[in-house]
Amino acid sequence: MRILRRAPVHLVLWLICAVWLAPVVGLFVSSLRPASDVAASGWWTVFRHPAFTPANYRDVLTAQGLGAGFFNSMVIAAPATAIPLLIAAYAAYAFAWMAFPGRGALFALMVMLLVVPLQTTLVPVLRLFTAAGLTGTFPALWLAHTGYGLPLAVFLLRNFIGGLPPDVLDSAAIDGAGAAQTFFRVVLPLSLPAVASLAIFQFLWVWNDLLVALSYLGGRPSVAPLTVTIAGLVSSLGSGWHLLTAAAFVSMVLPLAVFFTLQRYFVRGLVAGAVKD
Amino acid sequence: MATRRRTAVVCVVATAMLLAAGAGGSSAAGKLGGTVSVLGTWGGSELDSFNAMVKPFEDRTGAHVEFQGTRDLSAVLQTRVQGGNPPDVAGLPNPGALPALVRSHALKPLGRVLDMTRLAREYPATWRDIGRVGGEPYAIVVKTALKGLVWYDPKTLAAEHVALPQTWADMLAITDRLAGRGTSAWCLGLGSGATSGWPATDWIDMLLLRAAGPAAHDAWVQHKITWDAAPVRQAWEQFGRIAANPKYVYGGPQAVLATDFGEAPFPMFAKPPRCLFHLQATFIEDIIQKQFSWIRPGADLAFVPMPRIAPPYAGVAQIAGDVFGMFHDTPQARALMRYLVSAEAQAIWVKRGGALSPNKSVPFDAYPDVLSRRAAELLVRAPAARFGAGDMMPPEMTAAFYKGTLDYVAHPDQLRAILAHLEAVARDAYK
Amino acid sequence: MGTLLLAAIALAGAPAASVAYILAAELVLGRLPVRSRRALRPWVWLAPALVFVAVFLVYPTLDTVVLSVRDATGAAWIGLANYVYAFESREALIALRNTVVWLVLFTGVVVAGGLGIAALAERVRYDAAVRGIVFLPMALSFTAAGVIWKFVYEFRPAGAPQIGLMNAALGALLPGFEPRAWLVGAPWNTLCLIAVGVWTWVGFATVVFAAALKAVPAEIVEAARVDGAGEWRVFLNITLPLLGPTTGAVATAMVITALKVFDVVYVMTSGNFDTDVLATRMYHALFVDQQLGRAAALAVILLAATVPVMAVNLRRLRQ
Repeated sequence: MRILRRAPVHLVLWLICAVWLAPVVGLFVSSLRPASDVAASGWWTVFRHPAFTPANYRDVLTAQGLGAGFFNSMVIAAPATAIPLLIAAYAAYAFAWMAFPGRGALFALMVMLLVVPLQTTLVPVLRLFTAAGLTGTFPALWLAHTGYGLPLAVFLLRNFIGGLPPDVLDSAAIDGAGAAQTFFRVVLPLSLPAVASLAIFQFLWVWNDLLVALSYLGGRPSVAPLTVTIAGLVSSLGSGWHLLTAAAFVSMVLPLAVFFTLQRYFVRGLVAGAVKD
Repeated sequence: MATRRRTAVVCVVATAMLLAAGAGGSSAAGKLGGTVSVLGTWGGSELDSFNAMVKPFEDRTGAHVEFQGTRDLSAVLQTRVQGGNPPDVAGLPNPGALPALVRSHALKPLGRVLDMTRLAREYPATWRDIGRVGGEPYAIVVKTALKGLVWYDPKTLAAEHVALPQTWADMLAITDRLAGRGTSAWCLGLGSGATSGWPATDWIDMLLLRAAGPAAHDAWVQHKITWDAAPVRQAWEQFGRIAANPKYVYGGPQAVLATDFGEAPFPMFAKPPRCLFHLQATFIEDIIQKQFSWIRPGADLAFVPMPRIAPPYAGVAQIAGDVFGMFHDTPQARALMRYLVSAEAQAIWVKRGGALSPNKSVPFDAYPDVLSRRAAELLVRAPAARFGAGDMMPPEMTAAFYKGTLDYVAHPDQLRAILAHLEAVARDAYK
Repeated sequence: MGTLLLAAIALAGAPAASVAYILAAELVLGRLPVRSRRALRPWVWLAPALVFVAVFLVYPTLDTVVLSVRDATGAAWIGLANYVYAFESREALIALRNTVVWLVLFTGVVVAGGLGIAALAERVRYDAAVRGIVFLPMALSFTAAGVIWKFVYEFRPAGAPQIGLMNAALGALLPGFEPRAWLVGAPWNTLCLIAVGVWTWVGFATVVFAAALKAVPAEIVEAARVDGAGEWRVFLNITLPLLGPTTGAVATAMVITALKVFDVVYVMTSGNFDTDVLATRMYHALFVDQQLGRAAALAVILLAATVPVMAVNLRRLRQ
């Protein structure tokens, strides 16, 4: 009886899972098919007439500039992830454990900035970068992503650091540790889960970003990250699906790997932010 | 004492010589050396051709050509110019962007850079004029394409008992006759990412050019006549007669809007063929040949220029091309500019296919096949030639033009509203 | 090579520099009297974050508001002309309309879908797998999602073999179905784009709701069941009200996401065929039309739409 009543639930869930996975499966299968096949028949026909080739990946990594795009994405994402971490931790520590007038209001302002759309900052920041001669350079992106990522970072870390047991910090103070020592010896080690969570968030966000790169790098191919390269490919290849699918998959490999291995931290960070308060 | 002084003098002189050698940017053996940065739209096989074209220049001068390609050239160039780091040389597909670049002093005049007498000998007048702003040369056409050609498969035409039309009216009659038989006469695809719609603007442009002539075309491009003026409206309507008719175009308006321009001619070669005609520029030959390796130019693929509409304007050519301009006056940039306008350089790309040269000194037999040779002849013999309107208008106007054609194919009954909207945009764009 | 070196320097150097900054600052603070030390310390620790945020978020927002009343190059004052453009010109109105549609449909479907899937998944043993699968698109860039779904929506004229999953599936399921160019015809195209957004974000909502559902005290639910209430009744009257704050948090996040949507539209249709949203229209005004003032005005409208969200958030934070 139970199974029958449960049957619709199972059915719906399986259907949902199928709908969610089908597009990704289609992408992967198509990326391995010869060009003429991709244009001539749907990817589901491979199950009856299998025919595979690695040529698309070879082409995409060398001729279409995805190898360079991958490299650029790494060059952009790594510093842009590392730089905000400590800066946010300092601010979170101050917000959580130092009393000062206006603390509440300032923190509220910080958090409200989470809501400000990127687009509102595009024009002035672009002009700033142009005046400083930074347009089209990687440091521009490192700085911009740091700035954009700080409100979420401070929010997440402050929640966590504020939740640390006070006695741990008190005993450090009794032992004569100053603020800096307490921070580096006690707070930071204890906050590693949250920092890890944050690092994953920030890395994925920077890796997957299109608009910031497009705007501040100016579409220059030599410094274009994967997202910009692929957006360009969609525009110029239009229906070269055998190449587009391979390109999209190349761009997905790293985030998917990060996601699968570090899912625990990612989810924990999400949940902490949304459910806790 | 004396020895030390002499040593010192030698050191100073040696250092000075080294500095002078280094500062001049020249390497040993009197070569120019250094680098020159170039910005263009090419990628893939076009880029290979560009690299092949400049290789002799690099070998001869020792200067390294640093190329950067982007489809979004307007935006990238603007950003770099405004950011104070423009490329040394750029190849633009749209001469319409030149006036603004000249006004902002980004482009350097070429009168002293190029050998103008030699240019007068080698370039027809029409071609020399493209790239002039206020009478001064600021850019030169290096590579060009002929547009407004009706491509077809001769075997299909024979099978359908269709003879090549002499006039546009004949063309319409053939289209209608084929529709009666249930065959789509035309293949058309407007998709092109952010610039979707440009093939339609080529259609409208060609129709206007052939019906109303180069003078009306100029007036339209410069917004001396409005978008709802008779010649403009009629060109749109002529385009819509074909494009918006589900019986005349393969797949109907939906396919027109959803198909990418590069894929649009392929149904011509399906078995059985799904359509007979495709209006497009010379570069489509390369795309078709890459997709269908069995195609023999002339036997399986051929073209005629758009059949005449108004007799005085028969043979007027619609062209596209890349105009090269100089943004930094360096010795390397000057040398590159001089090299690019030479027949020697242009012949290299021409031989590889997919490009036509405006330089009269490039021999016709440099062209790789019968079709490109014919196109080159038509180009040189054309009584008048005009760049497509989309490439000559201010970028904001062009973008609206492209979008307008998409709207028109989707809603053919809204022509007046669309033209009124374009007129509104024009008031802003032509300031 | 130079890039790699630069990146390595940034990667190691920036954190090192910030550590040096704190240590140096604390040294200086140590020299000061206790009173001043207490007062200044928070600001020392906050300074780097505040500087970044001021430069990249606060100043630009204020500057954009100023730019929105200036002309295309930002030089001359032109009053509210840009806003007139935003509310009168055809393209801007379409973008505004589509953004509203995104706000309502995207938020609604993601919240309802996330809650529904979480509630259903809770009843099966493989709930973690379901959540993992539904959450997977979150790891992808919107750009990759755009490519994936553009392929799904691909159109070929009737009679030619379909390579897009959507047309093929519907063709197999519905007799007499004619293939559609999904991304071309309004209003279906915006709905199809929203579907891509939903596909990407439902996982986020599911995960959050799943955690919240686990936090619902089991005794209350059991008590209601013992009292004879059916599953639906329990869900509506007990569980749902308890999920209020979570629903608010998820809805807020989705409203903000909907307002910022750019990649999906840019990659799949470039804003053509009436699919433009505020963010793509703003990008177009800035980079294609080179109209700084107009782009700024559109951005300010985006900002204004977030003010209610900010107000609600503020109230929640205060509590």
